Amino acid sequence: MGDMIKGNIAIAEAAVRAGVQLYAGYPITPSTEIMEYLSGRLPELGRSFIQAESEVSSINMVMGASACGFRSLTASSGPGISLKQECISCISDEELACVVINVVRYGNGLGTLYSSQCDYFRETRGGGNGDYRCIVLSPESIQEAVDLMAPAFDLAEKYRIVTIFMTEGALGQMMEPCDMPDFIEPKRHSWALNGTYSNKKIGIFDRDSMKEAEALNKKHELIKANEQRWESGQVEDADYVFVAFGLPGRSVKGAVKELREEGHKVGFIRPITTWPFPEKAFAEVNPNVKGFISVEANATGQLVDDVALTAKKVINERNVPVWCLPCVYGVPTLKFTKEGFGRIINGELKEVY
Amino acid sequence: MAKERIVPVMSDNPMSFCPGCGHGIVIRLITECLEELNQLDNIIFPIGVGCSSLLGGGLVADRIHCPHGRAASVATGMKRVTPETTIVAYQGDGDAYNIGISETLNAAYRNENITVVTINNSNFGMTGGQMSWTSMPKQKTTTSPKGRDCELTGQPFRFPEMVADQFNIAYSARGSVTSPKNVNKLKRYIKNGIQAQLNGEGYSVIEALSPCPTNWGLNALKAMERVEEELVPFYPLGVFKEREENKNA
Repeated sequence: MGDMIKGNIAIAEAAVRAGVQLYAGYPITPSTEIMEYLSGRLPELGRSFIQAESEVSSINMVMGASACGFRSLTASSGPGISLKQECISCISDEELACVVINVVRYGNGLGTLYSSQCDYFRETRGGGNGDYRCIVLSPESIQEAVDLMAPAFDLAEKYRIVTIFMTEGALGQMMEPCDMPDFIEPKRHSWALNGTYSNKKIGIFDRDSMKEAEALNKKHELIKANEQRWESGQVEDADYVFVAFGLPGRSVKGAVKELREEGHKVGFIRPITTWPFPEKAFAEVNPNVKGFISVEANATGQLVDDVALTAKKVINERNVPVWCLPCVYGVPTLKFTKEGFGRIINGELKEVY
Repeated sequence: MAKERIVPVMSDNPMSFCPGCGHGIVIRLITECLEELNQLDNIIFPIGVGCSSLLGGGLVADRIHCPHGRAASVATGMKRVTPETTIVAYQGDGDAYNIGISETLNAAYRNENITVVTINNSNFGMTGGQMSWTSMPKQKTTTSPKGRDCELTGQPFRFPEMVADQFNIAYSARGSVTSPKNVNKLKRYIKNGIQAQLNGEGYSVIEALSPCPTNWGLNALKAMERVEEELVPFYPLGVFKEREENKNA
């Protein structure tokens, strides 16, 4: 097992090893260590680091580097990612590939410095204006985050789409032992602009939006069919299945273990891709399941919507109730999840759907 | 003897600019300079939003339509990963100086090794002639119907002078398209800007004063006259930051 390393630093080094050629960003807690680390590390390797004047500018620099066919990256948190949405929408529209790291912090507006998952809706629905999705990866540990960094770029390039790397404040700030992946040297993409006009383009007024819509839907369907990732356990005979991602997902696994030991037939699904949502994981669930329970670090419950939609699709002959245990911010403790479960089976907590 | 002027294939396309507009001249000049500098096969254009967007359909070159106002940042990302490629950001005054003032200014602040060409026609052209930061005092636009009130809306400002004065950039100039003489001068400015980039000297900006007959409500000739009579006195033509090699010449 590797050395102890802080989440943000590990993620930044993993990005270096995945071949990131340009990082542009703006400081914001709790993601800043990523840019601090890269400010030294990238120039060391002859690559580009830019401290931009704003979040808006930084993602546009990423767009420029990405258009030229190089692996490019930005990282931020909550409100910083809001500012980037204009360009994320443009990058998506141009079908370029890049990775955007969101070290999620809690709150609306400027928010707080608490760790959270409150940006789930924004990240999994596209985030900016228009009609597109981003692939969203949601690691539960520093090791998983590090292992997902090269795939984050591979997926972005395979589908020419933005990959959102959605971690949490706590994951960025904590330390764990971690093995680092090997260095890879990615090729410059054949679709890149290189100054010779080798790939024909058309102007905005010459676009066929009907045809583009068809292609976009096809791409989304392909991603949904091929790229769902998840971890699940003990769902085949479960009366209740917990659904949680990221650090709450990791915590819920502990709660499931203890509840099983206490005689409750419970299981878990931990989405690793939060988009595409791992619908396939639900196909393995006990058809007589009594309910799904989402555990999430936000105030109002967001993941619960996708759980309910998927439950409806997979178990369509009856209305399986879906509960939500939102811990608002931080990482839910085993006690929090177990007490919530107790209230659910005692009929004290109303289902959301 | 009359000399035939051949427009480079890169810009020899209909681009649906209004009759009497200056955009077409400036685009031709840029591509002529690229040809003379052997850069026709080594050029990427980050393109602004507005009338500049029309380049997206007409220019036969690597190009990308940038978010509104952000072309200098997109150009920065491009230049950092492919320093050997020539990058010319093409923007209007609304794009570069209003919504994009932060990105435009900060690229100059970093002395980014890119060339920015801005078309200053003293209004937002594509959206139908709204007031821009370069609209003249008392200028009537669709959002200043009684004439621009500078007490409330601020003064027009001179970007090339500002960055020449404040930042350590390579080259800054303003030209216009109102006469063959001015067009030739403007071409010289653009060529110097691109040459500065080729030499790795840093940031260059060339502003081109351009008529907008449609939105000014003037015919093509009167619009040219307005550039000369109203704009040039406030936006002087010339070089504001000279390149080192020209100083010694």
